[in-house]
Amino acid sequence: MKEKLSKIMDEALSQIEASGELEKLNDIRVAFLGKKGELTSVLKGMKDVAPEDRPKVGQLVNEARTKIEAKLEEKKETFEKKLLEEKLKSETIDVTLPGKKLSQGHRHPNTITLEEVEDIFVGMGYQVVEGPEVEYDYYNFEALNIPANHPAKDEQDTFYITKDILLRSQTSSVQVHEMEKGKLPIRMIAPGRVFRSDEVDATHSPTFHQVEGLVIDKNITFADLKGTLQEFAVRLFGEGTKVKFRPHHFQFTEPSAEMDVTCFKCGGKGCRFCKGSGWVEILGCGMVHPHVLEMSGIDPEKYTGFAFGIGLERIALFNYEIDDMRLLYENDTRFLKQF
Amino acid sequence: MDTSLSWIKAYVPDLDCTAQEYTDAMTLSGTKVEGFTEFDKNLDKIIVGKINKIEKHPDADKLVICQVQIDEEGNEVQIVTGAPNVKEGDKVPVVLDGGRVAATHKDGAAENGMKIKKGKLRGVDSFGMMCSIDELGSTTDMYPDAAADGIYILSDNPEYKDAPVGSDAIELLGLHDVSFEYEITSNRVDCFGMLGIAREAAATFGKDFVPPVVTKTGNDEDVNDYIKVKVEDNKLCSRYTARVVKDIKLASSPEWMQRRLASVGIRPINNIVDITNYVMEEYAQPMHAYDLDKIEDSQIVVRRAQKDEKFTTLDGQERVLDDTMLMICDGKKPIGIAGIMGGENSMITDDVQTMLFEAATFDGTNIRLSGKKLGMRTDAQAKFEKGLDPNNAMEAMDRACQLIEELGAGTVVGGAIDYYPVKKEPFTIPYSVEKINALLGTDISEDEMVGYFEKIDLPVDREKKEVFIPTWRQDLERLADLAEEVARFYGYDKIPMTLPSSSATMGGLSDKLILENKVRNVVEAYGFCEGMTYSFESPKVYDKLNLAQNDVLRKSIVINNPLGEDYSVMRTSALGGMLTSLATNYNRRNKDVRLYELANVYLPKQLPLTELPDERVQLTMGMYGEGDFYAMKGVIEEILTRLSLKGTVTYDPAAQKSFLHPGRQAKVIYEGKEIAYFGEVHPTVLKNFAIGQRAYVAVVDLAELIAMPKEAVKYTGVAKFPAMTRDISLMMKKELLAGQVEEVIRKKGGTLVESYELFDVYEGAQIQEGYKSLAYKIVFRAKDRTLTDEEVTNAMNKIITTLEEMGASLRK
Repeated sequence: MKEKLSKIMDEALSQIEASGELEKLNDIRVAFLGKKGELTSVLKGMKDVAPEDRPKVGQLVNEARTKIEAKLEEKKETFEKKLLEEKLKSETIDVTLPGKKLSQGHRHPNTITLEEVEDIFVGMGYQVVEGPEVEYDYYNFEALNIPANHPAKDEQDTFYITKDILLRSQTSSVQVHEMEKGKLPIRMIAPGRVFRSDEVDATHSPTFHQVEGLVIDKNITFADLKGTLQEFAVRLFGEGTKVKFRPHHFQFTEPSAEMDVTCFKCGGKGCRFCKGSGWVEILGCGMVHPHVLEMSGIDPEKYTGFAFGIGLERIALFNYEIDDMRLLYENDTRFLKQF
Repeated sequence: MDTSLSWIKAYVPDLDCTAQEYTDAMTLSGTKVEGFTEFDKNLDKIIVGKINKIEKHPDADKLVICQVQIDEEGNEVQIVTGAPNVKEGDKVPVVLDGGRVAATHKDGAAENGMKIKKGKLRGVDSFGMMCSIDELGSTTDMYPDAAADGIYILSDNPEYKDAPVGSDAIELLGLHDVSFEYEITSNRVDCFGMLGIAREAAATFGKDFVPPVVTKTGNDEDVNDYIKVKVEDNKLCSRYTARVVKDIKLASSPEWMQRRLASVGIRPINNIVDITNYVMEEYAQPMHAYDLDKIEDSQIVVRRAQKDEKFTTLDGQERVLDDTMLMICDGKKPIGIAGIMGGENSMITDDVQTMLFEAATFDGTNIRLSGKKLGMRTDAQAKFEKGLDPNNAMEAMDRACQLIEELGAGTVVGGAIDYYPVKKEPFTIPYSVEKINALLGTDISEDEMVGYFEKIDLPVDREKKEVFIPTWRQDLERLADLAEEVARFYGYDKIPMTLPSSSATMGGLSDKLILENKVRNVVEAYGFCEGMTYSFESPKVYDKLNLAQNDVLRKSIVINNPLGEDYSVMRTSALGGMLTSLATNYNRRNKDVRLYELANVYLPKQLPLTELPDERVQLTMGMYGEGDFYAMKGVIEEILTRLSLKGTVTYDPAAQKSFLHPGRQAKVIYEGKEIAYFGEVHPTVLKNFAIGQRAYVAVVDLAELIAMPKEAVKYTGVAKFPAMTRDISLMMKKELLAGQVEEVIRKKGGTLVESYELFDVYEGAQIQEGYKSLAYKIVFRAKDRTLTDEEVTNAMNKIITTLEEMGASLRK
């Protein structure tokens, strides 16, 4: 009996070992452990075994069953592992094929640039405000210390609707609206469209955008203007950006300046973007002219302030190395989707 | 404004700097140098040579072989030339082997010059080149004595005849010089002249400023015996000075004057014209010379022109004047347009004997406006426009007469006419060291400040704390102006950088801008790219958009001075720009294009404008390719959701937009207000814009949405009880709209209806002609209990009954 069991077990184990596929294992299970299997038939033959030997035989049968089952399980795992490996291998894909995208829209490079500028100034406590694009001559010129027939008016080729109403040629007009509200201190930026009678070409457009800045408070100094705009330049163009202030003239500021930044393409070494100078002119600025304060009802003996005007397109064009301003107003989606 | 370094050095003799140093320092002290040109940039090893011998070339008819002496010791080089104008004994500019010239006869100008090397011409050695003026980088306009076609024969010019052989020809010709181009701001009238810029240069570099010393001129005659001057309009002419020069000897001006004029791009003509130009450049005071013998009645009258008065200027053009313009006249007729251009009838010609010099001060604004009206822009006008200092006029006049005498160009008659009824007086501005430092954020001492004022010729009274302002500094009016003078000489770069330390303020965007950003985010998520178009439109766009003659969109603001008809009105809709942009993309074969623009339209409250128009910010969307009417509608619905606009929305097909497909358009009514419209573009409009496939547009009046109350977002519990769904399939006439069916579902279903969804629309076979089938899935749910079948059936029955009353029938 013992030999018989041992033989059955050896036979089963060797068949399992030799089996080549998963399905075969089941056949082996049925052949040995199934209802009509060999081990089962041994159990069925228990009635022929002496009663005192029965527990012993039973134990041997169970041991044999356990061993065969363990072996079956072991072999099954091997097969399954192998199958999984094969399956995974067959499912290999070309990861270099293009990704699938939802067709998202893109913001205009002008808007992206404006948002960067807004973030910087909002972080410094500036309110973002707006003013009318069709404007009274008074706000665009007169209240900015540019009286009727002043030659400075000619420097900006202004579109007129009537004698007194025009398309604003500068966002500086918003300064006056803010000052007239009479709420001090003021820290504002005013982005928006401006209009000048320039023929369309690679660097000119009759419509473009400016961002005006105005700070009015007690004890505001030219040093504050310099510090603020340097902070702005460094945040916009990155650490290491240097600024240079040059004297200039604007009717509504005194002293006035233009600010250059180290060329963000070459870092100041000189390249074709900065025409070899290493510097790029970014904005005009100055201390608000006392007469401008007076006209808007602010006492220049008590309050001082500074103002600046940034050409948005100029920054966008430089930032993205766009060489033709017309692209900004053509709206070719192949252009717009690059930003 | 241009100056040459040599001309500036004439007044700042100690100035010693490179062109780059000059550019940087002047720019930082407020005189912006935009760029410079070094005349000798491409010139090297060019000397005065003397042709000792000329022989024929053995193998070329057009070439000659010259033995050219290149130093005083008598050394010669052999140079072969094809120039026809050389002869033995001529002194010529010679570029030696290894030198450089700006251009060659054969190849023209080269940006970085041309190197000249020894070589063979038709087998004969040549060790250099004799130069024409073009090869030296200039022109015969600037060097009238140079041959137009051939070598520049220096020895033909008496002033160059004795130049030593072997000396630097570049030096001789004044080409070791630099021309600077400035951007002079309109407030610095004084810097439109050499003396003004030289004064700035002297102050910038800390050198002495040496202006010309103007000496007394004139014989013992009296100018009043020659001419009388009457000024009828002293508002437009605040000063009129005149002097007379007789026995005029027209000739070339001397080389030094010719060179200085040429160095700033002014062509030398003759001594009289050159002196006039020279003084205008030097003093920024335009002058005019009249032929006195052509002036009738020995009289000058300065008056306004008559309306439609005709006058021929010295360029031969007939001009039509009006009564705002100022004229210079003699006893009988006009002889010049004041400050702009003289007349043909009184101009200096070669046989001039006696002339009248005029240096006047005219009203800048009047000159500017007159020039604009006449379409003229002369050098004199450009200077007068800035508003000149009247105190400069007589000084310039005397300087011109001094040059007349020095150059021997004629005899100056004694005395001067000087009409100057109201003398412009200098004034003073009090200064405060504390206030200037407070404005600049600096700590500059009084000594330093006074030093800056004085070096720019602003005398200071330290006791009275006053700065004396000469009349040529009309830009200085108050303390802030003095602060700028201090700042620019202290150095803008030395002023510290600080941040405002005073009151804290809250930064942020307005509600309008926040809403605009939300809208951008939605439409971009739906694939729309942001575009920008001009605020101007062509009036032709109304026809392209199929607008009726009385359409309100045709009421647009007209620009008085537009760039052209295409940009002549302010848009009342951004659709023209949008459709043009779609067309651009279509034309370039871009597929599936979606664009939006967020910008203002300009709606006049009345025309012509008497007050500012209504500027409304609108969202304009346009698309073609993938997507249809309902795709556009989906975006609008999403915008309303994201803006928390949860009120009642209806889509009314009666939008009546002539530029949209009549059967595929809707206006969007939110809480009774029209907030948007959208639809498929009308085929005729598509054709007008040359878009070759169906396109859809939408216009959302954001200005309206900004004002609307938004419902605050509040959490509602996620449903705990099960929902029951019922499907209904309805057959109805086509005219009955889904919107009407849905309204019934909402109203009759009541609070139990959680949601509904249209899952099928069918027209065609199996359906009666003129009918359609709609199928809805309706979801019922209560928040507080599980609904019974009976409750749902009751609700469904109400819905169905009502729909049946409207003519719909249930499909079984």
